[in-house]
Amino acid sequence: MTQKNRLQSGGRVDRSTPLTFSYNGKQYTGYKGDTVASALLANGVDIIGRSFKYSRPRGIVAAGPEEPNAVLQVGATEATQVPNVRATQQELFNGLVCESTNGWPNADFDVMSYIGKAGGSMLTPGFYYKTFMYPQSMWETYEKFIRKAAGLGRSPLENDPDFYDHLNQHADVMIVGAGPAGLAAALSAGRSGARVILADEQSEFGGSLLNSRELIEGRPATEWVASVVAELSELDNVLLLPRSTVNGYHDHNFLTIHQRLTDHVADKAPAGQARQRMHRVRAKWVVLAAGAHERPLVFGNNDVPGCMVASAVSTYINRYGVAPGQDLVVMTTNDFAYQTALDWADSGRNVVAIVDTRPNPNGDRVAAAEKRGLRVIKGAAVIEVQGSKRVSGVSIASIDAKGDKVVGSVERLSCDTVASSGGWSPVVHLSCHTGSRPEWRDDIIGFVPGKTVQKQLTAGGINGSYSLKACLEEGARQGAEAATNAGFEVAAAAVPAVAEVKEGAAMALFHIPHTKPTSRAPKQFVDFQNDVTAAGIELATREGFESIEHVKRYTAMGFGTDQGKLGNINGMAIAAKSTNRTIPETGTTVFRPNYTPITFGAIAGRHCGERFDPKRYSSMHKWHLENGCTFEDVGQWKRPWYFPKAGESMQDALNRECKATRESVGILDASTLGKIDIQGKDAREFLGRVYTNAWAKLAVGKCRYGLMCGEDGMVFDDGVTSALGENHFIMTTTTGGAARVLEWLELYHQTEWPELEVYFNTVTDQWSTMTISGPNARNLLAELTDDIDLSNDNFKFMDWKEGSVAGVPARVFRISFTGELSYEINVQANYGLYVWEKLFEKGAKYDLTPYGTETMHILRAEKGFIIAGQDTDGSVHPYDLGMGWCVSNKKPFSYIGKRGMAREDCVKPNRKQLVGLKTKDPSVVLPEGAQAVKDPNQPIPMTMLGHVTSSYWSANLNRSIAMGFVRGGLERMGESVFYPLADGRVVEAEICSPIFLDPKGERQNV
Amino acid sequence: MSEVVAPEKEAAVKVAVMNQLPGQEPRAESPLHHADLETVAKKGPKQGGVYLQELKLLGHLVLRGSVDNAEFMSGAEKVLGVALPSALQSAEAGDLSVRWISPDEWLVIVPGAKAFKLERELRDAMGGHFAIVNVSGGQTVLTLSGPNAEEVLKKTTPYDVHPSNFPVGKVITSTFSKTQAVIRRTGDESFELVIRRSFADYAWLWLQDACAEYGLVVRG
Amino acid sequence: MHYIYCPHCEEYREEEEFHAAGEAHIARPLDPEACTDAEWADFLYFRTNSRGLHHELWVHATGCRKFFNMTRDTVTYEIKEVYKVGEQPQVTADQ
Repeated sequence: MTQKNRLQSGGRVDRSTPLTFSYNGKQYTGYKGDTVASALLANGVDIIGRSFKYSRPRGIVAAGPEEPNAVLQVGATEATQVPNVRATQQELFNGLVCESTNGWPNADFDVMSYIGKAGGSMLTPGFYYKTFMYPQSMWETYEKFIRKAAGLGRSPLENDPDFYDHLNQHADVMIVGAGPAGLAAALSAGRSGARVILADEQSEFGGSLLNSRELIEGRPATEWVASVVAELSELDNVLLLPRSTVNGYHDHNFLTIHQRLTDHVADKAPAGQARQRMHRVRAKWVVLAAGAHERPLVFGNNDVPGCMVASAVSTYINRYGVAPGQDLVVMTTNDFAYQTALDWADSGRNVVAIVDTRPNPNGDRVAAAEKRGLRVIKGAAVIEVQGSKRVSGVSIASIDAKGDKVVGSVERLSCDTVASSGGWSPVVHLSCHTGSRPEWRDDIIGFVPGKTVQKQLTAGGINGSYSLKACLEEGARQGAEAATNAGFEVAAAAVPAVAEVKEGAAMALFHIPHTKPTSRAPKQFVDFQNDVTAAGIELATREGFESIEHVKRYTAMGFGTDQGKLGNINGMAIAAKSTNRTIPETGTTVFRPNYTPITFGAIAGRHCGERFDPKRYSSMHKWHLENGCTFEDVGQWKRPWYFPKAGESMQDALNRECKATRESVGILDASTLGKIDIQGKDAREFLGRVYTNAWAKLAVGKCRYGLMCGEDGMVFDDGVTSALGENHFIMTTTTGGAARVLEWLELYHQTEWPELEVYFNTVTDQWSTMTISGPNARNLLAELTDDIDLSNDNFKFMDWKEGSVAGVPARVFRISFTGELSYEINVQANYGLYVWEKLFEKGAKYDLTPYGTETMHILRAEKGFIIAGQDTDGSVHPYDLGMGWCVSNKKPFSYIGKRGMAREDCVKPNRKQLVGLKTKDPSVVLPEGAQAVKDPNQPIPMTMLGHVTSSYWSANLNRSIAMGFVRGGLERMGESVFYPLADGRVVEAEICSPIFLDPKGERQNV
Repeated sequence: MSEVVAPEKEAAVKVAVMNQLPGQEPRAESPLHHADLETVAKKGPKQGGVYLQELKLLGHLVLRGSVDNAEFMSGAEKVLGVALPSALQSAEAGDLSVRWISPDEWLVIVPGAKAFKLERELRDAMGGHFAIVNVSGGQTVLTLSGPNAEEVLKKTTPYDVHPSNFPVGKVITSTFSKTQAVIRRTGDESFELVIRRSFADYAWLWLQDACAEYGLVVRG
Repeated sequence: MHYIYCPHCEEYREEEEFHAAGEAHIARPLDPEACTDAEWADFLYFRTNSRGLHHELWVHATGCRKFFNMTRDTVTYEIKEVYKVGEQPQVTADQ
């Protein structure tokens, strides 16, 4: 296809570099410098999609991020699919593949349009609620249908081959937007030496200057842009970010920038290059120079392809060398759109008429158009468009001075393009992200940024300052002020000479009247993406949705991926008028980040795959890997779970590991337990305050188990703490609780008891800890140490000794979590693997068996030892656990948890208590979480007495064992409780002591 | 190989101080031992934008004490040869370096074999309330240098590492991707990272990826 | 994303180095046993949940590990002051 709308000359495209691309399966040609939108327009593609609700054909309306219709699915392969790409922002590259996302099965012929035509009158606003919300169980079905028909795009089914990146930036001055105001601001700020970041969403800097034919210093404005960019590029303190959308403005001047590094180059990023980058910027001062978006006017059939925003038409002509039609009608409420008519005429096309809603327009541009001989129809409006797949003509009529009603007869004009302008809306979005409400200004007929607590300045179009001179002046001044405020005092850069253009006053008109009432007139669209019409908004207000937030949710106005950039102000104006309020009284909806859609890749950055979350390893990890270990995640740690041998099931492995440990000796990598070094003369006192039991008399060389509670008296961690010296202890915590416990100790030390002389330091990573457990533990250890007397008289249960193991200095703690004779060997982690391997060298003859967390859980459950976090859940105190022996109420200080445990509810009878559970059928293993009831025949809802917390098959006891909570359980030994399971079975279990094996504790004391 | 310090003025064992290093035979493995950086260094590229090296098996001592405790401050200065640096500063003396970590915490790094002797000397020279903890096995030092080293840190830490905010000698503890690190600027284009042992593999994975576009050169 | 001045490190740091630790100035009763259940519940659970100025406890978790207090506006998220534990706020709602 030829580029029938491409002009012979002009624009910033490179006609010597043609690029081919595919749209909806057809090949087209554009030029380097095109966007997909400009290339499609050049090729005469009118229909870019189908509308959301009515399935009406839609064309390109705008030229920037506010485009509501031209939302494409881009990607040549499944893996490189990107949904929700605005054709107006996607630069063309050779081989680009894209398709319409709106329109199913295709944009030109659309089955939904029949539904739209047949049921159009039934699809009133609020149809989400009225039609689809009931019955609720059907929502999933509806949602798939809506999503497909609505064209929200689809995510790829394959992994993204590209990588994305984040950069943390710090700036003195962050300037958003590189139009005339932003460039002038950057010049001032950059020259001060301040660290400046200048970001703009477009491929080149210049903003509106790229689209206009204005002169600066008597030369094309783009020459001035080039000179400014050249100067800024030379400054080390200035970072220039084109193709970078400032998408979020967060608290304390934190901004997120989405930079597209290679989206303009190819479908996939070149090898070694990040496709996109998120800059996370902390700025001392921010200058918002985000400009303004032109509003289209709301009139009958204003969505027919060929209806465009006036400035977009100028942009396609001036920047891309594309005139998207032959015969133009301009409708405007202001002077700016006259420039579009002049641009159109200068491109050699026919201007049918300029229809001005004002009775007496009088600015310089009006005079220029009239001088040029263009037909100007004053005090009139385009009330309706003819055509279905492309504009074929318009109906125009005179309107009254307020723009409320049609007063004259209707005239028809033939044309294929309608450019409308209802004035400009400052891009206030970013200024609203931090909670600031925009303020309405009658003089510019728009919202401008409101009061803010951010260190923020604004310049140019965002302030409603639309003349080039004002933009340059404000930019230079605000850039200098921002730099000065940030500590880099500087004067404003000199403003270059520009011609001054006299502007006539604009008319505040949004919704063009029709000869028929709005409800009967042809559809007048406000929000193209969500098919919200003026009639729909009026209906919503009549139905009582007066708050603009309610109107938004009822009509879905502004809900699309364009977030109502084009239509919101028109919608608010219509809602205001139909509720007899002013626009400021009606207010705006809230703008939130992100300003434009952003890829998940950019959000994730490098934090994906193996780098998604840190994995923590012990020094012996390599050995575990080499010995077939299966791992369990405990917090961020990779802990050995069990060590299956060839052909073994998990249960086989556990049975073997459990028996080997009780019959000879097993070994556990316990390095992940939290370890806290505690030094200071008040260490002992501190321990007494944070543990429930007594520490005053623990002798040096001894170890003691402790329970830690919150102020509510509920257990939150436990572990063994050992007296290394009079003023020196080492505390162990659960693996998952290490960081929390350390912070808990610091919290109390720093805020409540700073007078206690004690220091806490984490030594979790400092020590490799290996626990050998079983009747042969002493024999094995004896083979590796010659300086520790291991005799039971010298080295008792709950003692620790220092000596060497395999020639490495070690602290050996005789503590036991299995109930067997156990030694916990601690060596500096640099020697962990060495000592571990030496243990295996000597351990072969004892069948030294490595075991992991699962066997550890079984062995401790056989002994009735709790695991904090498994057998506790934040609602149980030590007495509930049957661990009153671990509570000392003789301590003089009211330790943490003491008062909490004494609360009325904590001391009442019949609390849930931890007990052992033996199933009547020993082969049945209760599921953890199973609920206990007294009477399994009680109708539902049954009275639940508690639940199973730990449950295993015990190979040593050749039966199942379990622990769980039962109301009043400690008083109910020998009674039966029942566990009705989800599969219909009811398991009966007898309440018993949780100590299933060696109740006198003889095995650990041998 | 080990001893218990019992200061003369106190009769009971107050603090257990332990020489954690064995003789020559047992094999020591640094936190990044498994990554075999020597081989990577030999086989990998020799030129690139970022240079990475593990300074392994050094002696790391954490010093805790109050700046108002004159016996602690003067004892430290006497033994270390430099005063304990003030907030966010570091100091060096010969093969010894000291980093401020928090208002009552410093990290001293010395050659591995010197840690035990240094701890004893410090304890002997100090008085009042203080603590010293040997954490030589619990962390490791990485150096990151080269023209793109600062860019890599910008990907990794939210801290402002621009020289105007982070000059040579300044040290901070901050977020390091999804873990944390003590980060010190040691030169215009060189930085030192102190990483916890259990996170060392994650840091290595992260740095390989973050450095890839600049060309990573590993030094053995 | 707050930008927080740590009074111990004496410079601004990013929010991700910190976490909030609840309302400030909730002192543990000196004699817990003398508290009624209602008083203890008040200490345990009841907080002002201010709209506007609020005094909070924060900890520089991945930095110096020190706790400190902050007066913050819960509507605008402005940080009015930071001060060390044991000190009293200068900016208060009744001013």
